[in-house]
Amino acid sequence: MPAHILEQNREQGTMNPVTMKDKKTFKLDGKAIEFEDGDTIMDAALRAGEYIPHLCHNPEFTPHGSCRVCIVNVDCKQVSACTQPAIENSEVDNSSDEIMANRRALLQMLFVEGNHICPGCEKSGACQLQAVAYYCNMLSSHFTHFFPQRSVDASHPDTAIDFNRCILCELCVRASRDVDHKNIFAIDGRGINSHLVINSSSGKLGDSAFTASDKAAHVCPVGAILPKHKGYEKPIGERLYDKQPVSIVGDVAAYEQDEDC
Amino acid sequence: MSAEATKKIKLATTSLCGCFGCHMSLLDIDERILDLVTLVEFDRSPITDIKTISECDIGIIEGGVANTENVEVLREFRKHCKILVAIGACAINGGIPAMRNSFTLKECLEESYIDGIGVDNPMIPSDQEIPMLLNKVHPVHEVVKIDYFLPGCPPSGDTIWTFLTELIEGKPISFPYEQIHYD
Repeated sequence: MPAHILEQNREQGTMNPVTMKDKKTFKLDGKAIEFEDGDTIMDAALRAGEYIPHLCHNPEFTPHGSCRVCIVNVDCKQVSACTQPAIENSEVDNSSDEIMANRRALLQMLFVEGNHICPGCEKSGACQLQAVAYYCNMLSSHFTHFFPQRSVDASHPDTAIDFNRCILCELCVRASRDVDHKNIFAIDGRGINSHLVINSSSGKLGDSAFTASDKAAHVCPVGAILPKHKGYEKPIGERLYDKQPVSIVGDVAAYEQDEDC
Repeated sequence: MSAEATKKIKLATTSLCGCFGCHMSLLDIDERILDLVTLVEFDRSPITDIKTISECDIGIIEGGVANTENVEVLREFRKHCKILVAIGACAINGGIPAMRNSFTLKECLEESYIDGIGVDNPMIPSDQEIPMLLNKVHPVHEVVKIDYFLPGCPPSGDTIWTFLTELIEGKPISFPYEQIHYD
């Protein structure tokens, strides 16, 4: 059903009996969510205004399913909501203690695998990794920290890359490939050796075709791709996630586009 | 009421590799500290300047583990405290001091005491009175079991107050959204 009709139906508080009959639904935490053929659970939930925690998902790009934070339980099987097609009449659990505990563990692994020193990060307060971790009640990193040796690339005049904070969500890879058509970013290596690489002769961002107006400059959910010359502009208390959780505020990428472009 | 029921809860605190910011935040509970001392008795703590720890109900650890003395103090606290609480970013994940983990200890010492700007009489301090530095800074949960974690850099006075009152009253620990942050 087209979005404007859905909107009309919502406004009128009624559904046309014919479209009602056509509509497929599944249950998200007991609440009926309508979906269309080809929708993932995430697509349908986002359209209905229901929040499923996520990091590597951005509705503007092809789903990636790599961060696993959007895991939900569908009829007793755990799947990532951003890649799983919605199934009619299925029961989707998005908030049980078990699901939230698994999400916490996934987030804790993301934290210990990199070097996420929040008090020393310009993105702090507007970082989606932080915000999702708050939402999932993560109070500690639990696991043994890897403290990996990673570098910072400050070679570009307008944008810095801190590899310590990269969570390999591939949003910059997708944005640079699919929107900017520049293919500046890629993930190299396998398993624990996976890492972000830059497509330039020196491997440095400054020698690539990257510009601060690229889509890829505005999709990073963490503090890995950072604009220069504007660090700590917003005081503590006024930052994106200071007052309200990510479930209400939404993704950081949506705000970055507004602010910078 | 029996003497046992009215006995005050014993609380010990320490700062390992931290900046004392979390202790400052504890003092930020302001006049509520008067309510707190009706419920608890401070044992070993920078606030009392008592240097040895006795059997305590709650131990609060600020700071990560960066040297051999930190390890010793942390193990003492674990041994003597029924409940051990890691408070602040440094205790929980190493915090700012853990940024030295990107370098070797040798590089850090040479930068500070040999090659650094304005160094007079370059020499790496070496005296048996000075605790040996560990190769890396570690979160406290990598050394002993921790019962509760209170993130923040520092956690606000309100966060600490929420936690202590809920813990002492035996309530489930939960915080308003604004009271939990990692910075």
